[in-house]
Amino acid sequence: MKILVCITNVPDTTAKITFTDNNTKLNKAGVQFIIGPYDDYALARAVELKEKLGGSVTVLHVGGADADPQIRKALAIGADDAIRINAEPLDSYFTASQIAHVAGQNNYDLILMGRESIDFNSGVVHGLVGEMLGIPSYSPVMKLEIEGTTATLAREIDGGKETLSATLPLVLGCQEPISEWKIPNMRGIMTARTKPLVVVEPINMEEFTVPENYSLPAPKGACKMIPADQAETLIKLLKTEAKVI
Amino acid sequence: MSVLIFVELDNGSVKKTSLEAVAYGAEVAKMTGTTATVLALGKADSASLEQVGGFGASKVLHVSDEKLTHENSLAYADVLAQAVKQENSKIIILAKSGLGDAVAARASAKLKAGIISGVTDLPVINRNFTVKRSIFTGKAFSNVEIKSDIKILVVKKNAIEATESSEKATVETFSPILRDQDFQASVGTIEKASSELSLAEADIIVSGGRGMKSPENWQPLLDLAKALGAATGCSKPVSDLDWRPHHEHIGQTGIKVAPNLYIACGISGAIQHLAGVNGSKYIVVINKDPEAPFFKAADYGIVGDVFDILPKLTKAVEDLK
Repeated sequence: MKILVCITNVPDTTAKITFTDNNTKLNKAGVQFIIGPYDDYALARAVELKEKLGGSVTVLHVGGADADPQIRKALAIGADDAIRINAEPLDSYFTASQIAHVAGQNNYDLILMGRESIDFNSGVVHGLVGEMLGIPSYSPVMKLEIEGTTATLAREIDGGKETLSATLPLVLGCQEPISEWKIPNMRGIMTARTKPLVVVEPINMEEFTVPENYSLPAPKGACKMIPADQAETLIKLLKTEAKVI
Repeated sequence: MSVLIFVELDNGSVKKTSLEAVAYGAEVAKMTGTTATVLALGKADSASLEQVGGFGASKVLHVSDEKLTHENSLAYADVLAQAVKQENSKIIILAKSGLGDAVAARASAKLKAGIISGVTDLPVINRNFTVKRSIFTGKAFSNVEIKSDIKILVVKKNAIEATESSEKATVETFSPILRDQDFQASVGTIEKASSELSLAEADIIVSGGRGMKSPENWQPLLDLAKALGAATGCSKPVSDLDWRPHHEHIGQTGIKVAPNLYIACGISGAIQHLAGVNGSKYIVVINKDPEAPFFKAADYGIVGDVFDILPKLTKAVEDLK
């Protein structure tokens, strides 16, 4: 079983988001970067599958060297080696093209990633990679079992879930409860230092989208407090003032 | 050259979020001097298909093949790409959802089309074509220019105020080639809470947190939801504890919602939860802790015991009727 896990390097979920350079760049000062939480689930499941079925787990990241600590963490969690494509992930199409190019050279049985990155929230890279490689893609996958060349998976659909089985290779966007997040142990951290991390240059491609600038949502007005003993006033306000019921 | 809108169906009817996407697409068509065409796949109610005319689409391409009734992003994307070629469409609109993203993604790769998911506003079209999108789970926005010849926009709920007229669209049969390779997966079970409103589409959501204390205590919350015609949601700890099903989990790692009204009961408002609800128009917070951070993100707040307050609210809603 050859598994590729694609990880993103994103601001922690609790990070306060601000921008610099005339609102054209994310202000990274004081922001803690982490492996995308959904990618972390994908990685955890990949490591479990490797332990059960044998094979290898390769971690792939599209981004700069500032992501190396997160890549090392993925290695410490149990991935065997890592590839970093040395390019700013400009947009979904660009990122997927880079991933598909590397994945296409290596015949992975499974390509796992989070259902979406928590910075740009697109949730389309798995579908793009699947189509670029000509293999099926499914997301968001909440359960994954492999038997031989067949994957049985459960995925969330609008208001419920569905199970299906499909033949490998597959690209899957993952979310909880596919697995539990893993915390690297001391042995993992030690061995991660010497595991291979290969840096490759991106392929050239046409630019489809260009970010112009960023903005923050308008600040919220003050919260109108209603005394608990007059709770029913709330319903009146929702009807006459907010006009939402 | 028409703007092509891919719609999702639920039991043969066009979903509400997709009707918004139709209204969005029709507006873009107007801006670019063309017409809006809808693509609907699988078993569909013809009256519901004609209804998209009321949201500004002039034509519906309908593929009635039963094989397409079950959600299948692989086949849907292929059919969408064929429809784009037939219509010579340059702009494709879908409503943001797991399915919408999956179809958009695969169609994007087939058509070599630039794709932006999470669009929150109508595009600005002058020499360039620029869209505003939500990023960092609603904590920020980005303006992005799309330069590719074909453009795919996956649109969030409430990106446009959709109004309905009595116009009807003409429905044409579309007969694409369906590829066997897109129907290889075998579907096992489908569990769908069919009686409940879907969170993604709901205009009102009543949501509970750990302050509800135990799963047996959910009744007053369900009563209020019922009175309001609302969907029900919950915070992450609640779904982690299995008090409520996972598909109700709203937040950073759960479902992101954008209702007109979000009522949070006994939810403190951790930043991860706020990330899932910051698209809501109005937020009501009921919590016994006046220091709960959620009040800072709320429009209306009540400090008090949820079990005391919920029945009062339910009664007040019923009195309105």
